[in-house]
Amino acid sequence: MAGSYANSGEYIKHHLTNLVYGQHPDGSWGFAHGADEIKEMGFWSLNVDSMFFSIGLGMLFLWIFRKAAKKASTDAPTGLQNFIEMIIEFIDDSVRGSFSGKNPLIAPLAMTIFIWIFLMNFMDLLAVDHVPGLAALLGIPYLKIVPSTDPNVTFGLALSVFALVLYYSFKMKGPGGFFAELAFHPFPKFMMPINLVLEGVTLIAKPISLALRLFGNMYAGEMIFILIALMYSGGWALGLFGGVLQLGWAIFHILIITLQAFIFMTLTIVYLDMASQADH
Amino acid sequence: MNFNATLIGQSITFLVFVWFCMKYVWPPLMAALEERNARITEGLAAAERGQKDLEEAKSKIGDNLNEAKQQAQEIINQAQKRANEIVDGAKDIAREEADKIKNSATADIDQQVNSAREQLRKEVSVIALAGAEQILKREVNADTHAAVLDELVAQI
Repeated sequence: MAGSYANSGEYIKHHLTNLVYGQHPDGSWGFAHGADEIKEMGFWSLNVDSMFFSIGLGMLFLWIFRKAAKKASTDAPTGLQNFIEMIIEFIDDSVRGSFSGKNPLIAPLAMTIFIWIFLMNFMDLLAVDHVPGLAALLGIPYLKIVPSTDPNVTFGLALSVFALVLYYSFKMKGPGGFFAELAFHPFPKFMMPINLVLEGVTLIAKPISLALRLFGNMYAGEMIFILIALMYSGGWALGLFGGVLQLGWAIFHILIITLQAFIFMTLTIVYLDMASQADH
Repeated sequence: MNFNATLIGQSITFLVFVWFCMKYVWPPLMAALEERNARITEGLAAAERGQKDLEEAKSKIGDNLNEAKQQAQEIINQAQKRANEIVDGAKDIAREEADKIKNSATADIDQQVNSAREQLRKEVSVIALAGAEQILKREVNADTHAAVLDELVAQI
């Protein structure tokens, strides 16, 4: 399938490039063609493919769940409602297990994170060439269909969670309490600067580790799919081997995408729980 | 990695999704779940209550049955007693009746014996008179000796 590319390097590069919309250096707005143009557009450009797929998947998630919520009854649940309730109870159990306080935001937040990230990760299981190939026929030069392989997406989520952590830290502990937590641990008060550095790093590490863990796993997974896909252009024997590999990796990846969504959700709950505890 | 406005777009999208989920998805589903929980708990309790009621009713039925049996036995006993009484009474009455009949029969017999005896006495006096007439070979005036004859009759 990599036949239309000059070499495999270009094939890989093409598959890892987002469809970016922004302002060209000459002042005109449009899609970027190639990494150089993306770089020139700077910060104020938009990864249209990431936004499209993430919003689309989010809408799908909310649409299905809203449908179930509207029909929710206390009779014996059937079909969709049963499935949704299973997820709800799973999330509720996780939240109850990790979050000690009472906050109506946490459970819906956890559910949104879990389902949304799972759906975004799930796009990884679609064959790497099909959707972008179809898009190419429509004249779209680049398309990355797995939003969670875009660091913008994972950092967007992680920074939002971090903002909530800061908000609840200030709200539940007060600015003084929050500062005390950062400054008077783990060493005594007179070593405040060291404490601040240590705790500051701990604090900052939370969103960065959240975002990078998800991004790294998904990016690596996607990369392996792309490398496997390269085999299809190496004759039927290599192609057959690639097919077996792809099947194996995809099955293994089902575990990874679920696990990553679950880890992101659980850590979010834990971080917010730590932020919400008034007495540390 | 190159960061751009997608970061901001994602954050906004995420927060909107969370808000929607919190407002329109989570509460109704959770409410339905909790309500069903309550209903199931209630149903189980009701089933248990029903079971208990059933057992109570069963034991009550047993009690009633025993009582009824006892009553029936009592009634039978009373009836038997009454029957015996009636039979006894009938026996008494029959005995009385028999006695009465016997007495009247005895009286009848006595009367008959008396009348027969009277008759016999009269006939004996006539025969005695005739015998005496023959012995004396002369006519004895029956009228003059009536007093003697009557005395004789009374003595027999």
